[in-house]
Amino acid sequence: MSQNNFVIQSSPHLKDKDSVSKIMYAVIISLMPAVIASFYFFRWKALGLYIVCIGTSVITEALFLWLRKKPLRTLKDGSAVITGLLLAMVLPPSLSLELAVIGAVVAVAIGKQVFGGLGYNVFNPALVGRAFLQTAFPVAMTTWIPPFTLKVNTATFATPLGNLKFLETLTPDSLTPLKELFWGNIGGCLGETSAAALLLGAAYLLFRKIIDWRIPLGIIVSLSLFTGLFWVINPDQFTSPVFHLLAGGLIIGAFFMATDMVTSPITPLGVWIYAVGIGLMIPLVRLFGGFPEGVMYSILFMNTFVPLLNRYTRPRILGERRKT
Amino acid sequence: MNTKTFPHGIHPPEYKEETAEKKLQHLSPPDKVFIPLSQHFGRPADPLVKKGDPVDLGQKIGKAPALFSAAVHSSVSGKVLKVGSTHHPSGKPLLAITIKNDGEDRLSSEVKEVEDPFSLSPDRIRERVKEAGIVGLGGAAFPTAVKLAPPKDKPIDTILINGCECEPVLTSDYRMMMEYSDDILQGAELIRKATGAEKIIVGIEDNKKKALSLFQEKTKGHPSTSVALLKTKYPQGAEKNLIYALLRREVPRGGLPFDVGVVVQNVGTTKVVYDGVKHGVPLYQRSLTVAGSGIGDPQNLMVRLGTPFQKVIDFCGGLKEDGPIVVMGGPMMGISQWTLDVPVIKGTSGILAWKLDSPPEETACIRCGRCISHCPMRLAPTQIKKYVEFEHLSEAEEWGVLDCVECGCCQYICPSKIPLVHWMRLGKAKVSNLKRKKKSE
Repeated sequence: MSQNNFVIQSSPHLKDKDSVSKIMYAVIISLMPAVIASFYFFRWKALGLYIVCIGTSVITEALFLWLRKKPLRTLKDGSAVITGLLLAMVLPPSLSLELAVIGAVVAVAIGKQVFGGLGYNVFNPALVGRAFLQTAFPVAMTTWIPPFTLKVNTATFATPLGNLKFLETLTPDSLTPLKELFWGNIGGCLGETSAAALLLGAAYLLFRKIIDWRIPLGIIVSLSLFTGLFWVINPDQFTSPVFHLLAGGLIIGAFFMATDMVTSPITPLGVWIYAVGIGLMIPLVRLFGGFPEGVMYSILFMNTFVPLLNRYTRPRILGERRKT
Repeated sequence: MNTKTFPHGIHPPEYKEETAEKKLQHLSPPDKVFIPLSQHFGRPADPLVKKGDPVDLGQKIGKAPALFSAAVHSSVSGKVLKVGSTHHPSGKPLLAITIKNDGEDRLSSEVKEVEDPFSLSPDRIRERVKEAGIVGLGGAAFPTAVKLAPPKDKPIDTILINGCECEPVLTSDYRMMMEYSDDILQGAELIRKATGAEKIIVGIEDNKKKALSLFQEKTKGHPSTSVALLKTKYPQGAEKNLIYALLRREVPRGGLPFDVGVVVQNVGTTKVVYDGVKHGVPLYQRSLTVAGSGIGDPQNLMVRLGTPFQKVIDFCGGLKEDGPIVVMGGPMMGISQWTLDVPVIKGTSGILAWKLDSPPEETACIRCGRCISHCPMRLAPTQIKKYVEFEHLSEAEEWGVLDCVECGCCQYICPSKIPLVHWMRLGKAKVSNLKRKKKSE
């Protein structure tokens, strides 16, 4: 009898080359246009926030892995970098770096590691960090500076949505022009202002099939219908869907936050419900709520339903009779 | 011609070019063959010979004790050395008949040709298929006679001849199509007669254009047979997916192709149906692909059943290096082997060997949902895995663990490298055990 040392394993014996870290690095690459845009608009403010948020996230992740006696090589998956990067992108550029540290620690520790790390968290970690800062330091989190490209000399400044919230009636020149919204020459969070740069990165993720196209589509369509309805009824008081799509954190939220794989549903029907839920809740907050912006809370709110949505939206199996 | 396919599935690298144009070669029978009594889905055959008995080529040496079983035949002429347990590609030793080959290939008197097989009644066709011990050669080895006997209340209208060969690397079905197209079409006609179907559709994937044009040419103007082009995708050759791709019919959960008026036969099976019905030649040899980067000289071979893998691989230039993975079947669904002292059986569609990279580390599920968007049965593997892991077996069943065909798409595509198919198998075993227990209570 021949003596062999064959490899024994159960099928399949082929594996796709994609891996979790490759997915994470693709997400990081996709965020680069928006990161570059933020350097252009906010200069050295951007640099500080990025370094502090990413650095703190990675260190916090490492600390927790060590405490939980998990292999440190898990760090290489890149997910902590994404959390830090995304957090920085949704913070006001003028935020002090100490607060950014707190935000990043909360994002990784409370947002992710207490649930068991990557794959087990219920809420989008970066948004958990941001929500904490928003609640604990509301003034710092709503103080805005104009982009350097806008030659205005004011200490504080309103975002397009903030501006909208406090306008009694709308006139054509009281609103931020759509062109500025599209390119990002406006006040707002560090990485959320340039719709153009974000969409470029989103196109890459869609092309690579890394994000589920149903999520941004569901959000955009439902938000457009909702805001469009009010706009058609009363254009003096409400603004157009295009404004709502380009302003605030909608683009970064719809393409980069709501699409977080871990915290969005896995079933097709669940994904649609989740996306439409976010898309309806955002304008509800923006038009009738106390805050000018509602992207963060809408996503976090719908995150809570994800396990339930997965449980009750089982896909129809091939050959299964539809219930009549 | 419009290209058809099914939703979901994957596009693994094909690796077929190495052997696709290599004609089937007959491997001369070895000195000794080891013929297992279990080479098919269902009960093992009962041995009809004992130690010392002389046997002829094609002689029945094991008879089917039940409907879901198949007869086995000697693949050489010679003398029975042993009726006992030997290694089996399934991994566990099973009862087999060892025969010493006298090298004469003396044909058994049981092998009887008929003049015109098309004049036979459906019952006679089925009987000859059953006597020939024919089972599905695509890999599942389901007894063909059972497939040709649809229940009275389930009329069959269409026969699908499966020329997909969707498993990467394998090309022996393609060779059968190129070299035995007439036999395949005649066999298909016999199957149509046996089941009372109206039409025959031969499904061929678009990575086998030569076979497609050959069959188009051969069936031109044929009243009942047509050829359909399929977009290359794995696992198109899986029965339920092929039926959906070609006819847009869904086989009900837990049901059979009968339920939607269809019988599916692999091209290789169709050829041996012709051999069995027309010439009375039982299934004692089969075509297979020997390939992979670990094989010295990859080939397509016609091999006598019971030939040890070692002999087959030696003929193909041996193994290139130490410590490869050796697989019976295709790389997606094949069974890895621990020894080459196992015989070629009816389900051996290929023998592959290659050097495996060190296995990628399993990481936590990031819930990307790729396993769901690629599952050809439209299941949610990651969710089922979780139910199985935490013993929520009724949920696992509700979510369709028993519908899993173990094609491996989920595990192939999983970026976290989770052994999902393994979890499915575990889940199936646990759920079936539970059901059995409940039944007996």
